[in-house]
Amino acid sequence: MALTGLEIYKLLPQTNCKDCGYPTCLAFAMKLAAKQAALKDCPHVSEEAAAKLESASAPPITLVELKGDDGAVKVGNETVLFRHEKTFYHKPGLFWRLRDTEDGDELKRAAAEADAYHVDYVGIDLYLDGFAVEAASSDPATFNAAISAVKSVSKKPLILIAPSGDLAKAGIEAAAGSRPLLHAANGENWEEMAEVAKEAGVPLAVQAEDLDGLAELTQKLKEAGVEELVLDPGVTSYRDSLEQLTSIRRLALKQTFRPLGFPVITFPGANSEVDETLLAAEQIAKYGGLIVLEEFNPASLYALLVLRQNIYTDPQKPIQVQPGIYEINSPDENAPLMATTNFSITYFSIANEVEGSGWPGWLLVTDAEGMSVLTAWAAGKFDAERIAKDAKTFDVEGKVSHRKLIIPGHVAVLSGELEEEMPGWEIMVGPREAVDINSYLKAMWSN
Amino acid sequence: MTIEIPKEKYTGAVREVTLGATADEGGTRAHTLTIGGESTLPYLQFEGTIPNRPALALEIRDRKPDDWSPLLLQAWGEAMDDPGEWAKAAEAAGADLIYMVLSLTDADGEPNTPEYARAAVRKVLDATSLPMAVVGPGQAEIDNELIVPVAEEAEGERLLLGICEEKNYRTIVAAALAHNHLVQSKTPMDVNLSKQLVILIHDMGLPLERIVMDPTTGALGYGIEYGYSVMERLRLAALGGDQMTQQPMLVNPGEEAWRVKEAKVGEGVPENWGDWERRALDWEAVTAIALVHSGANMLVLRHPETLRRVRSVLDDLLGSQS
Ligand code: B12
Ligand code: SF4
Repeated sequence: MALTGLEIYKLLPQTNCKDCGYPTCLAFAMKLAAKQAALKDCPHVSEEAAAKLESASAPPITLVELKGDDGAVKVGNETVLFRHEKTFYHKPGLFWRLRDTEDGDELKRAAAEADAYHVDYVGIDLYLDGFAVEAASSDPATFNAAISAVKSVSKKPLILIAPSGDLAKAGIEAAAGSRPLLHAANGENWEEMAEVAKEAGVPLAVQAEDLDGLAELTQKLKEAGVEELVLDPGVTSYRDSLEQLTSIRRLALKQTFRPLGFPVITFPGANSEVDETLLAAEQIAKYGGLIVLEEFNPASLYALLVLRQNIYTDPQKPIQVQPGIYEINSPDENAPLMATTNFSITYFSIANEVEGSGWPGWLLVTDAEGMSVLTAWAAGKFDAERIAKDAKTFDVEGKVSHRKLIIPGHVAVLSGELEEEMPGWEIMVGPREAVDINSYLKAMWSN
Repeated sequence: MTIEIPKEKYTGAVREVTLGATADEGGTRAHTLTIGGESTLPYLQFEGTIPNRPALALEIRDRKPDDWSPLLLQAWGEAMDDPGEWAKAAEAAGADLIYMVLSLTDADGEPNTPEYARAAVRKVLDATSLPMAVVGPGQAEIDNELIVPVAEEAEGERLLLGICEEKNYRTIVAAALAHNHLVQSKTPMDVNLSKQLVILIHDMGLPLERIVMDPTTGALGYGIEYGYSVMERLRLAALGGDQMTQQPMLVNPGEEAWRVKEAKVGEGVPENWGDWERRALDWEAVTAIALVHSGANMLVLRHPETLRRVRSVLDDLLGSQS
């Protein structure tokens, strides 16, 4: 819980020396409480008071950062239980688990394939975040070699599943230059794990039977000097995951319960009775942090990445594209002209379809305030007047020599009005779904 | 240290709604189906009770649809040629109820007729003893024209009739009142609109125990986040005691997911989209799971495999409950 101005005031020297630039310590305290001043502006604050103030202002869920040789994943620092209350900030990291018992060449092949995985979703590049390499061999040298093999084909962040000091050391050595997560400290090994994590300056995951156990361990680890922690509550089922992860999130946010104020790591494929994709989906919606997949399947990964993108968009701002006239496949003045809205999903549905069909075309992207075709139409943001106005603004007459405009089939009702608004133009009603644009153009576009 | 799990205290609960009527109750269904009643957020049984499981419906049509994915045609095969057979197959696949959508036209493109709709619904009622929903093709006048005779034909069966929208609810509500049915009240992803339509329908004299609220959803990748958050907000309002948001929620991930390219199209798509069948099934199932967690009390699905997958998730979420 953040401190009030008065609480902060009690921790200040109360000498009113003005060195901070404020007339009194109280005035400065008020500014601090409002987050309009920084503590370092008071040169006289005691170390003890500074520590108290800092810890009180720390975020309720610690931000944890993993770094690869290239690229990083940040999880934690969430502030709400429901996305509509503000937004979710740090998308869960999706990792794929590899084992060092696999042959080196096979490891390289698998990691390279997954490393190259990219899908485009409404102009956003989606990919796997990294790899979790497990010391299944329990042999430090084998583990070291496996990490080197993965690193030779991928620069993505790593999670090192290495449950002993020796293995952890071997892993850290092989991962030198990056910032992996070490997995995991438990009741037995925590001291050696803490030592390795501390020395390497890397985050550490914590494993225990239940929340009590987790909280006890994080306390000990913090005392031992490891601050960046990740909780592994060991959940293996839908219900268990929902209950544990909800409890952890609530404790952190509603009670500022520091011992559990960390992001969570889960292994949705650990239990073979469970449908990994659906448990991962649950964890994306309900408070997952790092999600380690047992299986790498492009189709399922695509669905999970899109879900993650959807749940983590800011509800205040629909993803939009800039209104304007867009060229697809280098169109000339005879190419078809099509109207759509500037909602990202809408724009990319039709733009990708036209692009994939090979047709050169012009897309008139109107300013519909980021709404889909029908939503914008229902809200009066994609009507004949607006389309005609944007056609002028973006000078379509200078781009095409014909006078034909194709509108989405869903707004066929606009065609009459639009012909009135745009004298001399023929309004053609396109198909309802973008998928059908190619066959529509083949049948209807005669140039 | 012993950690106390923080529990919320809610003052409200979701209303229970029962579909279907047995012989004793004036219908012919083998059993009734009750949804809603929970006094907590989805599946948090540590702080409230969840007396009823969400119902899983399979969608069928009064005739084989023209535009369904080949993957769905494959799954249902010849059963699709006859609504009675299709309903039986859906029952065998484990559906809790049949969700029947009447077509706009017949196979030749001629307008559907009240006689045909009536006969098709009769066939389904005779073929299965599951509770049932029947909705029109989604065009105000035609919906009214088809649903009224269906309501009459199924007198007393406590069907769920729809779809009632703001511009078009009176006739369907009147038919539900006259013949002892329930209605599906659908509004476009907005908390206040959902509430308002429930109030309007209730004002016509239909008890709240006979209204199922459909807040509308989008498919994964195509607007699901809007519906997801509206559902969470509706559910929080219901638990907070807001009477007119306490209806159980129905959503249709089947229709939404199978309409989008990821599910529909097998060729000419990026290689990283992966195996078509798996992608299509995941699209429907992942859409459904997100909605399970935002509070759905009834999910309408299209593929029997999705029903099986979602069912096993619910079995676990509800623990030993049945
Ligand atoms: C998500 C959503 C919302 C979101 C907005 C999302 C956004 N940024 O636009 C929210 C919740 C805010 C919303 C609000 C409203 N909504 Co709304 N919403 C939807 C929903 C569920 C999905 C829309 C969507 O994103 N579709 C995906 C995009 C990609 O589709 P699309 O833009 O149509 O593009 C496709 C095609 O049109 C085609 N295409 C696109 N461009 C082009 C161009 C050419 C040339 C061609 C050929 C094809 C083509 O390609 C795409 C893929 O096939 C639909 C219902 C549904 N399931 O479809 C209702 C829906 C569109 N909404 C509706 C309504 C009424 C509203 C509101 C007016 C409700 C209200 N009274 O408040 C408000 C209006 C907003 C406002 N006043 O601020 C109605 C519209 C009814 C109608 N037919 O008039 C719908 C259909 C729901 C319903 N059945 O009642 N909505
Ligand atoms: S510098 Fe510190 S001690 Fe001096 S007035 Fe400001 S807050 Fe008070």
